[in-house]
Amino acid sequence: MSQHAESNHIVEAGYNFAYLDEQTKRSLRRGLLKAVAIPGFQVPFGGREMPLPYGWGTGGMQVTAAVLGRDDVLKVIDQGADDTTNAVSIRRFFTRTAGVETTERTHHASIIQTRHRIPETALRSGQIMVFQVPIPEPLRFIEPSDSETRAMHALNDYGVMHVKLYEDIATYGHIATTYAYPVMVDQRYVMDPSPIPKFDNPKLNMSPALMLFGAGREKRLYALPPYTRVQSLDFEDHPFELPKWEQSCAFCHSTESYLDELIVDDEGTRQFVCSDTDYCSQRCNEQEALA
Amino acid sequence: MNPLLSVRDLTLLYGPEKGCQGVSFDLYPGEVLGIVGESGSGKSTLLSVLSGRNRPDCGQVFYHCPQTGSIDLYQASEAERRNLLRTQWGFVEQNPRDGLRMNVSAGANIGERLMAQGVRHYGQLRQAGLQWLKQVEIDPSRIDDLPRTFSGGMQQRLQIARNLVSSPKLMFMDEPTGGLDVSVQAHLLDLLRRIVRELQLAVVIVTHDLAVARLLADRLMVMRRSRVVEAGLTDQILDDPQHAYSQLLVSSVLQP
Repeated sequence: MSQHAESNHIVEAGYNFAYLDEQTKRSLRRGLLKAVAIPGFQVPFGGREMPLPYGWGTGGMQVTAAVLGRDDVLKVIDQGADDTTNAVSIRRFFTRTAGVETTERTHHASIIQTRHRIPETALRSGQIMVFQVPIPEPLRFIEPSDSETRAMHALNDYGVMHVKLYEDIATYGHIATTYAYPVMVDQRYVMDPSPIPKFDNPKLNMSPALMLFGAGREKRLYALPPYTRVQSLDFEDHPFELPKWEQSCAFCHSTESYLDELIVDDEGTRQFVCSDTDYCSQRCNEQEALA
Repeated sequence: MNPLLSVRDLTLLYGPEKGCQGVSFDLYPGEVLGIVGESGSGKSTLLSVLSGRNRPDCGQVFYHCPQTGSIDLYQASEAERRNLLRTQWGFVEQNPRDGLRMNVSAGANIGERLMAQGVRHYGQLRQAGLQWLKQVEIDPSRIDDLPRTFSGGMQQRLQIARNLVSSPKLMFMDEPTGGLDVSVQAHLLDLLRRIVRELQLAVVIVTHDLAVARLLADRLMVMRRSRVVEAGLTDQILDDPQHAYSQLLVSSVLQP
């Protein structure tokens, strides 16, 4: 296989920059511009086949391919971790097809493609978050018809969103939706923030970073421009609450980050560690430096 | 007194004499209008164009709202029409499965219209749910059960409660007692009659059962082959039918 060097990285021959052809990327960018112009609105796009199955991040990869430039620094996370299969293979995909620099450091990255998390490290202006979205339609669970859900979005007819929250309280005594928690964007469109934990919902509100969402199977794009108001839906007498837990991270002892529960031996011993690996290792390094 | 609903020359045809054509009438507040006729005579088509579900080929439907004034149903915007449909109007389907959300609890079904109107207080929604279950004679302790665990008669009553929660002025009913056995039917009719009188509801009810019409309706319209062939007071039509088809309809009723 012939290979040639480009911007210090090995790029596979025979591929256009970032895999997709230029016309496809242009059509995606047009869709993204529309999505940014109408925050929270779902824009259809001509989704392409990607060399991996639906559900593995094809939507996010197409968005990343469309916005990626040669000077960008890419970070890919899966459930907060840089070292899981999905993250490693998508990162390697863009290294091989675009030759861009990659990083695990949140604040070094200019584009962060993510599955199901927003990094703990505060995002800054100029960064772009790209979310992989399985089901973009927040009304889908209660209204199976697509023409009907589109009419509901158009007419701001969102009463049924609260039916789901009502059901939660009636069944469990509290709002038991813990991920893909629906949000109201700029007091106009109800949006599914992709299956991030509701712990991450406040990070969407007035974020300095641009947030782009791509659903590959459903072929929809939507976006949150920087500094957009994003409210989580709730009831007056059951307000939106962040989950709390007593454990701290076993490695970095953080009490503020989102924790994963691990079973570490056959006796069922549990350990809690940060889901955001970069945040955790940064803290560990700092603590070692101080010690 | 001003009519609540004025219908002028309403027509929706799927083919020659299939559908409804040239229907005009006025409906006054608190009045129950029955539409009777054989299968395929256009009763349900008429109901769907009256209630804003199907756009007619021609003709007008005016709704005179005491608060906001007159609305031409098919000139109004989609948003206005939807708002009307879920606040001032109600629709009871023949099959409660079509009118209920089967995968959410009875309480959520009743609360949905309120949530659509912007009620964001769980306690209030709960209270309304319990109150309306009692109104339609369902045990309030079943508020968290799914409608699919209810019997057919209970589902139909739940559907009525779900519509009544927004205190509508006008209800459309498509054979509300169809598919229920006679004792459950009698119970439901009693309930409907009580609610219609108590809440001063105007109702347009489609039925092929003349006994139901006799019990509930103040006025009747007899439909045949897409046209209204006779209209008048219920007792007048049932006791002294003028049109040949009305006579046939009345004489076809089995006497047990």
